[in-house]
Amino acid sequence: MGKIRTPYLLLLPGFGFLFTFFILPILNLAQTSTQTPVGGGDTGQYEQTFRFQNYIDAFLDNKEQFARSFIYAIIATILALMISYPLAYAIAFKAGKYKNFLLVLVVAPFFTSFLLRTVAWKQILGEEGFVVPTLRSLGIISQSTTLTSTSFAVVMGMTYNFLPFMTLPLYASIDRIDPRTLEASGDLYANAFTTFRKVTLPLSMPGVVAGTLLTFIPAAGDYVNASILGSPNTKMIGNVIESRYFKIVDYPTAAALSFTLMAAILILVTIYIRKAGTEELV
Amino acid sequence: MSKKIADPTIPKIPAAAKFQRWFGRNLIRVYMVIAFTYLFIPVAYTFAFSFNDAGKSNLIWKGFTFRNWQNPCGAPEVCSALANSIKIGFLATLFATILGTMIAFAIGRHQFKGRSTSNLLIFLPMATPEIVLGASLLSLFLVFKINPGFWPTVIAHVMFCISFVVVTVKARIASLDPRLEQAAMDLYANEFETFRRVTLPLVAPGIAGAALLAFSLSFDDFIITNFNSGTVITFPKFVYTAAARGIPAQANVIGSGMFFLALAIVLAGQFVNGRKAR
Repeated sequence: MGKIRTPYLLLLPGFGFLFTFFILPILNLAQTSTQTPVGGGDTGQYEQTFRFQNYIDAFLDNKEQFARSFIYAIIATILALMISYPLAYAIAFKAGKYKNFLLVLVVAPFFTSFLLRTVAWKQILGEEGFVVPTLRSLGIISQSTTLTSTSFAVVMGMTYNFLPFMTLPLYASIDRIDPRTLEASGDLYANAFTTFRKVTLPLSMPGVVAGTLLTFIPAAGDYVNASILGSPNTKMIGNVIESRYFKIVDYPTAAALSFTLMAAILILVTIYIRKAGTEELV
Repeated sequence: MSKKIADPTIPKIPAAAKFQRWFGRNLIRVYMVIAFTYLFIPVAYTFAFSFNDAGKSNLIWKGFTFRNWQNPCGAPEVCSALANSIKIGFLATLFATILGTMIAFAIGRHQFKGRSTSNLLIFLPMATPEIVLGASLLSLFLVFKINPGFWPTVIAHVMFCISFVVVTVKARIASLDPRLEQAAMDLYANEFETFRRVTLPLVAPGIAGAALLAFSLSFDDFIITNFNSGTVITFPKFVYTAAARGIPAQANVIGSGMFFLALAIVLAGQFVNGRKAR
């Protein structure tokens, strides 16, 4: 009798907490998203009228920012994958006894505050930094070109900031690959490229899927990189939600935008998982 | 990838070909050096500018000084923001680690109805964008007329840290050899004793790792904190607001200090684990 109850007793406090502070807020947000301002009331006063038009209005007003969020997040995810894959591969197969030390080095930059690092990039890429004058004197960029306040800077910042979320799952799944399978592939006359395409890559797919999801989801909802490294022309949907909340006190629109963002992410992620052909998530 | 041994019958290799061969063999090492340089550029920059004799705005290099390190609280609000972050991080870590470890034991050690639903409930907060977590929790607090501030922030941090604790501790539990517990039972240890003297010590490194992860997530969080902290300034919030007018060099001191402290903890942990393994 006690045995059957044990798991539920263990789950109760934690799930009670998650229910109250994760599920309930999401349900409450759903409710807020169809409210309208109280006629003649103060700003910030809303009543429930089940106005689903809120969603359409919110989306149409901000479709540019939506598109930008997803394009930036997808580019940052692809870049992070391209940077992380060889790195994870090298640590798993070529690092020998330095494996653990190198893994610590991958995570170490993230012990310095995320915001400090983003601000550091802003200053490195900014007018007073050393990158812009060097590139200008080499003639790589024109005298009037700047690097900060551009989509380039925002995407670069996102790529950098979410890199460990890509590298760690990739490392975990590449490290599990038995090196003998690679030798076997070579014995069967596959060249290095074919071995990679037919053996290494398919075996590391769970890591690729987990890494891309862990990078893409926070990247799509991010607004810190866009507001520190970008300009008004690089605003993402996160910036809009944040300003709807704090500056305009328009809770229904902010809620509708949050839900649209979540739905869009869930749909994309579902399609992606189907395509990638793996049900195993984290 | 395979190493080719130079054929001794070929007497001379031109320098260019030599370099090409070296490059081909060491391509991945060259790549690693570049990748790590990229990873550490902003860290090095932050560290270097912690020695800048900058005054208020730490944008341009003005000369070397130790003054910022001697007086890290010199800039207004830096240390109170740091203290808030540490307090919130400590409380959030404590609660999230306890709640998360209990869930991890339930899911990792028991078969029960609703196990896959439980896994889903753990996965969902990690798959929700931070801005949605922060915004939705704030709307709930507003409905119940709770003002954002210190405790709402602690609650928010516990909420998003739990899942990461569960995943980390669960992985450790899954890697345990069940025979160790069976052996303890064979030696007449009862269930509680087995748990206390065998299971818990074996899972402890996982719990410690999870707590470290929770603390660093909490300490570094900006988006969810920004929604729920009201007038309470945390360290990331301080940096964000200061970014517009230039961050004081003392913030770089604290950021670099945190970096070395965390690095020391992790390396010490590895060293202890390495010695135990021997």
